This record gives sequence, structure tokens and C-alpha cells, in this order.
Amino acid sequence: MTSVSLKNVSKSYGTVEVLRNIDLEIEQGELIVFVGPSGCGKSTLLRMIAGLETITGGDLTIDDIRMNDTPPAQRGIAMVFQTYALYPHMTVRDNMAFGMKIAKKPKAEIDAAVANAARILQLEPYLDRLPKALSGGQRQRVAIGRAIVRDPKVFLFDEPLSNLDAALRVATRIEIAQLKESMPESTMIYVTHDQVEAMTLASRIVVLHGGDIEQVGAPLELYERPANTFVAQFIGSPAMNLLNASVVKTGASTTVRLDHGGEVTVPIASRAEDAGAKVRLGVRPEDLTLAPPEGSFLKADVEIIEALGETTVIYFKPVDTGTDPLIAKLPGIHKVAKGAGLSLAAAPEKLHLFGEDGLSYLYRD
Amino acid sequence: MEQLLGALASMAAGVGACVLYFWGGNAVLDLIFPARGPDIGPNIRRANMVRPWLFLGPALVLLTVYLIYPVFNSLVLSFYGPSAETYVGFSNYTWLLADPGFHESMRNNLLWLIVVPAAATFFGLIAATLTDNIGWGNIAKSLIFMPMAISFVGASVIWKFVYDIRSEDVDQIGLLNAIVVALGGEPQAWIALPFWNNFFLMIILIWIQTGFAMVILSAALRGIPEETVEAAVLDGANPFQIFLKIKVPQIWGTIAVVWTTITILVLKVFDIVLAMTNGQWGSQVLANYMFDWMFRGLDFGRSATIALVIMVMVVPIMIWNIREARKDA
Amino acid sequence: MDGIAGRKPMLLWVVHLSVLALVVLWTIPTFGLLVSSFRDGDQLSVSGWWTALTSTERNIVFRAPAADAQVEEGGQWVIAGNVFEDSQPGRITAFGVSSREPAAYTPGTPVELKDGASLSLSETGDFRISSPEKMTDKRGTRIFFTSIDPPRFTLENYRKVLFSEGIGKSFINTMTVTIPATVIPILIAAYAAYALSWMAFPGRSLLVAVVVGLLVVPLQMSLIPLLRLYTDVGIGKSYVGIWLAHTGFGLPLAIYLLRNYIKGLPKEIIESARVDGASDFAIFVKIVLPLSFPALASFAIFQFLWVWNDLLVATVFLGNNEEQLVMTGRLRELLGSRGGNWEILTASAFVSIAVPLLVFFTLQRYLVRGLLAGSVK
Repeated sequence: MTSVSLKNVSKSYGTVEVLRNIDLEIEQGELIVFVGPSGCGKSTLLRMIAGLETITGGDLTIDDIRMNDTPPAQRGIAMVFQTYALYPHMTVRDNMAFGMKIAKKPKAEIDAAVANAARILQLEPYLDRLPKALSGGQRQRVAIGRAIVRDPKVFLFDEPLSNLDAALRVATRIEIAQLKESMPESTMIYVTHDQVEAMTLASRIVVLHGGDIEQVGAPLELYERPANTFVAQFIGSPAMNLLNASVVKTGASTTVRLDHGGEVTVPIASRAEDAGAKVRLGVRPEDLTLAPPEGSFLKADVEIIEALGETTVIYFKPVDTGTDPLIAKLPGIHKVAKGAGLSLAAAPEKLHLFGEDGLSYLYRD
Repeated sequence: MEQLLGALASMAAGVGACVLYFWGGNAVLDLIFPARGPDIGPNIRRANMVRPWLFLGPALVLLTVYLIYPVFNSLVLSFYGPSAETYVGFSNYTWLLADPGFHESMRNNLLWLIVVPAAATFFGLIAATLTDNIGWGNIAKSLIFMPMAISFVGASVIWKFVYDIRSEDVDQIGLLNAIVVALGGEPQAWIALPFWNNFFLMIILIWIQTGFAMVILSAALRGIPEETVEAAVLDGANPFQIFLKIKVPQIWGTIAVVWTTITILVLKVFDIVLAMTNGQWGSQVLANYMFDWMFRGLDFGRSATIALVIMVMVVPIMIWNIREARKDA
Repeated sequence: MDGIAGRKPMLLWVVHLSVLALVVLWTIPTFGLLVSSFRDGDQLSVSGWWTALTSTERNIVFRAPAADAQVEEGGQWVIAGNVFEDSQPGRITAFGVSSREPAAYTPGTPVELKDGASLSLSETGDFRISSPEKMTDKRGTRIFFTSIDPPRFTLENYRKVLFSEGIGKSFINTMTVTIPATVIPILIAAYAAYALSWMAFPGRSLLVAVVVGLLVVPLQMSLIPLLRLYTDVGIGKSYVGIWLAHTGFGLPLAIYLLRNYIKGLPKEIIESARVDGASDFAIFVKIVLPLSFPALASFAIFQFLWVWNDLLVATVFLGNNEEQLVMTGRLRELLGSRGGNWEILTASAFVSIAVPLLVFFTLQRYLVRGLLAGSVK
């Protein structure tokens, strides 16, 4: 059953368009993550679903009811803010009860809801404290508790972990994942700029860039089959290497010749008219391997070595003139000298192929 | 006592009326444009268009009646005679330009405008810098700040006592004359010394305003990034150089704000002159001169004209303030 | 900065001394007033307040009763009494019976008067004129004496100003003006400030600019137009009139201060309340008002001090009668009519500044915060 649906939704401030023609169907029980670089419109989109920003074009429906003009409180949503947004003059209990009190719910019902949320989030000892007497992690749990008490159809999370330190962020991330599991019927929409959060939490990820949706898909789908060079480079760290090449042979698999390297055959279909076309060959740093010169398709000079123990990241001088350095991430410890020329290879099925327009050959019909 | 109870009752009534207005107005608005039903979207939009004006209403009415309307009304009155009934054209203005009392007031006001803001800011800056460096600085600050709470009239009494004069053959009970006599001088009637008495009146305002300047400048000084001072220390600057070349340049903006705030106050200064000399012995200022024409001269036209002069002097600061505020917003 | 090595302790001493000098300069006028208000009126008028703890010397002439006050005691005709009858008692160091030698004798020494009479005067002022014959002079003997007065402190000045100089009544009048004139503008300004910070409507930034502009409009502008308006409307010189006037004059600062504060509240808190279903009215009452307490307190203190200390508005909009004269007005009147009576003036002045000083010292924190919010960009 569709929980939240966006049809042709757009947003502009005056003449500036910040979101264009967003189409998205979110099923009940999903945990959808909006991810993208800052300024991509992901927070604006979330706030439009919440009703904190007006929708300037298109339709938003929640449980098949059009919600464009409904005030936030009547949309059946709850929101967890990055800065927690706890009411500083109210105790934890009053913070969680505020919404139900505004709605004039009976006291017994409010108490039960608050007690339930406090139990789930282990906040019982802190119910009578003011927010300033809590740690950052506890405050974030209160903010989540406040959302649970509202018993919403859709939970909205706006970068809820950004204000926590690294260790707490991991712990809270796991708590959110467990919370989702304990509430399989709830729909959650989660905004983050952190791809690790996106990969670990999401049932589906929506990658946004410059006001457009670049790709929607399950985390590993985005990793393995990125739709375009933007998604390819945004998901995964370090980012995917892109090498200039041209098609030399088309068919069920495609052979390309690197502008500065050898030939390689990729098991991705291409059309006859692609012959001679400029393309970009994508290969993730972790998919590159050291190979004997004859088995390799690429030669590069080592510039910087980062030995991390479990992996070694090697930065090479750019292969194509004027582009980013080529990066390889090799498991284990590799003793290589700076300036050494290394031969590199990768398994053909790990390679990606993008046209000049940046779109993946995989998704061409 | 009865009167005080009456005051409390009217306070309660006033607050009650406000609450009733805001709460009731809001309730009526919700009734006219209910946030439910088929028209929910348009209704909410309409209510949201009306509600700000509901909240702003009383404030706008009061501001208009008490501050905006009077400016225009004064402008009109300045073209009318004493009881505001006969149109006299520019004669109030021509009178003003030729009037020796006005010349004296203008001269004195300019003196006040130069001396008081400069002295108060200067002493405030000194006090702020010095007290920030010592353990009992906060107590010192509090004591220097204290005159701020004292009324201009109260301050006038305090200082009139300091300036008091007795005949030469008896002990002086005014502190200033006692010091002068102890140093071998002759006692003086300080507030009756033509020209110089202006400065003795200014001292009172400087005494009151230094604390204000100190508090604001002290906050600004503390806001200076510690690193810039430490860098200067490493560069070998001595405390005076640090103060003049590192700290002061970083708080110019605040100094300007303090200066203009005191300037505005000086333009309106009235109580001190009224209580100390009532403009005698060449100590008249515009605000008191205006008051004089209003209550003793009973000439609304001339009085309004003098008020307009004060207003015109404030306008540059007003424009500057508005521009600063718009920059922030 | 405390940890920097090699600082000169000399310089620190200079700082300490300079601050001390500043503090003394700034507090001594008020201190003098305070000390003087507790001194005896006679002493206050002849010696500086800084001598309040030392004794003062007085030269007084006392005229003993004439002959008809004499009584017969064991064959002697006697006139007795005390020279301090009509002045404050003191200790006598010297006395005389002629204006040429007013300090010829020490107390206890018997002095021969004419006609065989003799005078004795004790240190405490008891005198005794005795004569073997019945005395006949119609005018009493003049006794010149020098007396050393111990310092005297008294609450008499305060009793006098509070109950017979009208300061007590004026105190109540001032309260009557101040309390409503402080409370009423707060609520009105807070609503306006909320609308100007968190509600969207056309013309908002223009209104903010207008408020900033009105901050500096001199009060003098408003006096005549409002006086005429009040007469036309029929408010005249009344408390209602001055409450409204102070409300109107205080609003620009109130709105400006509160808006600066309310605008600075975290946006998410307001939004969160909106998601929780609170209307603008509920957000204002349940979230914004409680959180704005520091700003409200700052403004309340400002307005309180301003109204309490105001002379101009009270003079213009209130009458000069017993029922309406406020303390500043009364003080100004006393300064004119009782210019020389420093015991009255100092005590009156201290009564009028006591409440603001109390407010100042207890709530200084909020006052400073308000000043900073109102001035520093």
C-alpha cells in the first residue's frame, strides 16, 4: 500500500527553482533515505512533506489523501530535527506529551503513550528532567520519543545524527535501525548527507542532486549499478575512478580503449551505433588490483600512499590530463615506493560504462 | 494605599483587556476561518493573512497615536500661532532664527553633543578595559554603572550638593568648594559661572552615562578573539599597543553605537538643566527651551518649532540606524 | 591571558589604583548624599558630610531668663537652667559674658557679675546665677559659650520628608504611575514582536524599519500634539493618560528588544511545535513567552527605571496637585523652594532613588543583558 506519494512536485522561491518534477512512491513500512550533497534540496523536500514549506507545484498525498494545503499537525506525520528542537522549558515528559495535550487527548491516554515511548527508548529515569540536564544522545532519544508518542503514519528524520559525536552517532544509528524493526508498519523518511547512514539504514535510497532525483534504489543496487556518473561517484568512498575511453567493439559485451591505457572488454551490452563513441569507464578503487604488466589495462605512477593496516590506499598521478588522481584501495599492506609505476587491472564484471552524457549503458533500453 | 490598589486593579484590567483582545481575536478568527471542512486550505491561508495584523494591532495603534501622528502634527503646529488657531506662515521659523535664546540653546546643545558622548565613551572604554583585568572588576563595574539607575533629578540633587557654595568665612559643605578652599582657592558658585557652568552640568550626564558605555564596550572587548591578542603578545606589543592597535580597531562598530546612543540622549536632555539652573546663567538647551515656551511662554507654535529642530538633529542617526538594522535582516 | 609569562606586577598595581580612583570618583557624590541624609540638620548646614564622624564646634549665645524667673533658695536669689534649652546639647569648652571675650572662662569657674551676683556654668550646660539681693534686671544675662558637639545621626529627616514634606504621598503616586506603565506595554510588544519575527506577511520588513526609526524620535515631539489630543478627547491630566503615554513611548524599544530575542529562538522549536499541532496563538503563549522570560525581564527593568525616573512626561501629563505629583516632580519643587535645606533635600532624593537602586542591584544581570541586546549589533 502506498503511504506517501509525490507527483510532479516542485518548489521554487520566486524564480529560483530548488526542486523539479519530483515523482516518488513510498510504500508503507519502508525506510526511505534522501541523500545528496548540501543544497540538493533533500531537506526542502522533507519539509514540504512535513508541511513546513509550501508546495509550489504538483501533488503530495499521504495515505491517498491530498495534503498540499493541510497544516502540519493534521498530516499524520512526526518530525525529528537535527537540533532536537526540544522545548527547553519543559521536562522530558512534557516535551513528549505536548502534541497530545494540544490535541486535547485524555490524560490517561497521554500518560500511556509517554510511558510506552519512554520504555522503548529507555528514557524512564529521565522523564522529569529538563533537556539541559541530558546528554546529546539522550536529547536525541527524547526527540525520537516525542515523535513516537504522536503515533504518526510517517516519521520524518532531518539529519538526526549530525549533532552527535562519531561514537554516539554509530550507537544511535543502530538504535534507529532497531526502532524501525520494532515498528515494521511505520513509514520513515530520513534525510542525511552521510552515505554510511544511507547505506546502513535504508530500504531504498533516493539520491538527489541540484533539485532532481538522480536515482532511486536499494543501497546495494546503487553501489553495484549506479545510473549515472553522479551516483557512481557519490556512493562509495573513495569515489569511483572515471577514465576516458572510446568504444572499439560493440555487442553483448563492449570493448573500449582507454585514452591513456590498454583495451578492456566489459560485459555490458552496446549498440552498433556506439562504435567509436567517447565513453567513461568506471572502476571503484576497491575493485582495482595489482597485476602483471601483460594482464593489466592501466599503468600509473604512485604519488601518495596511505597505509591504514587493513587496507592501503594509493593515489596515482592523474592518468587523463587534468582530471582527479586515480585511486586504488588494496586489501592488506603493500610496500610500494613513491614514484613507482604500477600495472593495474580489475575484474570485467566490476567495471561500469557511462556515455558522454554521464548515463550508464546498463539502463539504456 | 487605596490609590495603589486602584493602580493594581487598572493594571489587572489593562492586562486582562490585552489577553482578552488577543485570545478573543484569535478565537473569532478560528471561528470565521475554521481549519477544517472542505475549505481547509483557503481558510488557513486567509486566517494566516489576518492573524499577524491581529497580533500587531494594538502596538500599531499606539505607535501611530503617540509617535507618528505627533511628528506630523508638530509640523503643522509650527505654522500656527500661540494657541494653534491662527496660521502665521513661516514667522515662527524667522523668529527662531533671530532669537538669542535659541542661539544660546543651539550653542550649548552643540557643546553638549561634542563633550558628553566623547567623555562618556572615553571613560567607559577606560573603565571597561581596566576592570576586565582585575579580580574585583565586577564590583567596580557595578558601582560605576550604578548612577544609571538614578533619575536625572536625583542626580541633580546629588551634584547640586557637590557644587554647593557658602560664604567665604564659614566652612564649605559642598565637596568641590571644600577641595578648592583646602587647596587655597576661593569658593565659586559653579553652576552660575557663565559658559563654564555648562560643563558642570555635563559632568552629571557623563557621570550617569559612563556606566552604560562601560557595560557595552566591556562586552565588545570580551568578544574580541583571544587569538588576536595572543598573536600581538607574541609579536612583542606592549599592553598599550595591544589596546590601541589591536582591541580598539576591532570594536569601532560598538563604539559608534555607544556614541550615537548617548548623542540621542543628549539631544533630549532636559531634567538636569531644568533642575539645576532652569536655563539661567547662559545654560539653556533646546529641550528645556522648548519646555519653557510650552509652559511659561504658552506658545504652542514656537514650542513645536523648537521640537522640530530637535527632531531634525535626530534624523541622520535615525537613517543610519535603519540602514544598519536592514543590513542585519 | 592570566598565564602569560613575565608580566610586570607594577602595571597591575597601576590598574588596581586607577580602578579604585574611578570607583571612588563615581560613588562619592551618592555616598555624600546618603551620609548627609542621616545627619542632624544643624550639623549638616555648618560642616561638610566628610566630617560627619568628628565633633563640630559651635559658638552660641544664650540669654538667661530675666529677673522675674528668680526664686529664693536659702537666702539666695537664684536663676537656674540649661543653656542648651533651645538647641541640641553639646559639651561646653569655654564661655564668657561679653561679646568681646566670649571664651574667657572654662566651665566650672564661678564668674562675678555686676551687683554682687555670680554665674556658674557646668560642662553640660547647667547654669546658676545667684545673688544675695533680689535681682532686678529686665533682660536676662547673655551667656556666650563654645560647645563641642558629638556627631549626631538621626532618622528625623526621613520622618519629616515622608510625612510632612509630601514625599510619602508622592512615593505612592509614583508607584501608581509606574506599575501599570511597566506591565501593559510588555504584552502588547511581545505579540507584535512575535508577529514581526515568526509570521509572514507583506510589509513586515518595512514595519521593522519603522520601529527602528521610532526608537530615536524625541519625546519632545509628542508633548504638544498629545496634550491637545488629550484635552480634545477628554482624558486630560489623569493616570490613564500617563499610562497610555508611557506605553506608547516605551513600545519601540520593547518591540525592538523582544523581536531581537524572539527572532533568535531556534527555528526548529517553533516548527516542532507547529508539527505538534500548536496554533500561532498556542506557540506564542506556551513556547515563545516562557522562553523569552530573560528579554521580558530586561525590558521590564528598563521601563520600570525609565518611568520611575521620568520627570518630563509626568510634568506634562499629570497635574501639580497633591494627588498626582510624582517624586521626581516633588524633588524638583523642593530643589526650588527648599534649596538650602539640605537635610530635606538629601533625604528626599534618597527616598526617590532607593527603589531604582534596589532594582538595579538585584536585577543587574537582566539589565545588562537588555542593554547588550538593545545596542550591540
